[in-house]
Amino acid sequence: MRWQSWADFWAMGGYGLYVWGSMVVTFLLMALEVFMARQARLQAEREVRQSQALNQQDGESV
Amino acid sequence: MTIRWFHYAAPQTFYGLAGRLWPWFAALATLLAVAGLWIGFAVAPTDAQQGEGYRIIFVHVPVSWMSMVIYLAMAFWSVLGLTFNTRLSGMMTRALAPTGAIFAFLSLWTGALWGKPMWGTWWVWDARLTSELILFFLYLGYIALTSAIDDPRRSDRAGALIAIVGAVNVPIIYFSVKWWNTLHQGASVSLTQAPSMARIMLWGMLLMALAFWMYSIALVLYRVRTLILVRERHTEWVQQLEVRP
Repeated sequence: MRWQSWADFWAMGGYGLYVWGSMVVTFLLMALEVFMARQARLQAEREVRQSQALNQQDGESV
Repeated sequence: MTIRWFHYAAPQTFYGLAGRLWPWFAALATLLAVAGLWIGFAVAPTDAQQGEGYRIIFVHVPVSWMSMVIYLAMAFWSVLGLTFNTRLSGMMTRALAPTGAIFAFLSLWTGALWGKPMWGTWWVWDARLTSELILFFLYLGYIALTSAIDDPRRSDRAGALIAIVGAVNVPIIYFSVKWWNTLHQGASVSLTQAPSMARIMLWGMLLMALAFWMYSIALVLYRVRTLILVRERHTEWVQQLEVRP
């Protein structure tokens, strides 16, 4: 291990703000992207189920 | 062989294929990122010139590469779409755009956070930074244009034009550090020369780059499935499809 302590690790030799500012924003944006893709997927599934249900009703009434 | 390719280009077939593949790419992305971050933050030594500040490289270079690769992939699918008029092409292009836009933004963001301590400025209007900013705007333009046109076919064709014309910008970004006198340093890794960085740092960076590749593939496959469902929802096969309650 290159680091003496956790404080040492977070400090990044004085570059903490820049290094962690890069890492954290990258991770957050990617997590947000995954979350939004998931929401879009669930929305699409709901629409497909609704359309299937409507289709079935039509089929039964004919 | 040709028939095989077109078989998988059918949205119905590709839907199933993408569904089987994306979890593997997601798992690979996670493993590679863990390995890459471990090497990058626990193993790789302090840089002689930049101290610990250089560790931004482990995200900056991968996201910047991916922002260019994804745009080229969009141009590739657009050419296929305009040539063969396949339905899948437009959906693939559209599935790629958000990931590319996020990586282009992250390239600028991490670049600014690296520029401040090393160059003393968040931003300069030099060729590398400016052309990457243009790439980010191209992604936003693509997303805005395609979402403004309701008819999917017309929307795909309009988007394909932006993707293809804008692809000219990608080699400009890549070669900008050679063609112009820029504040941005030249390539640390190139195909023609030995890399100008310590081997273990290089390994960390390449692992992270691979992780971002796998992440992008997983997410694009996942997203294209959603697009296929939405666009094909009135077709027979989607009507028969069992969608989780």
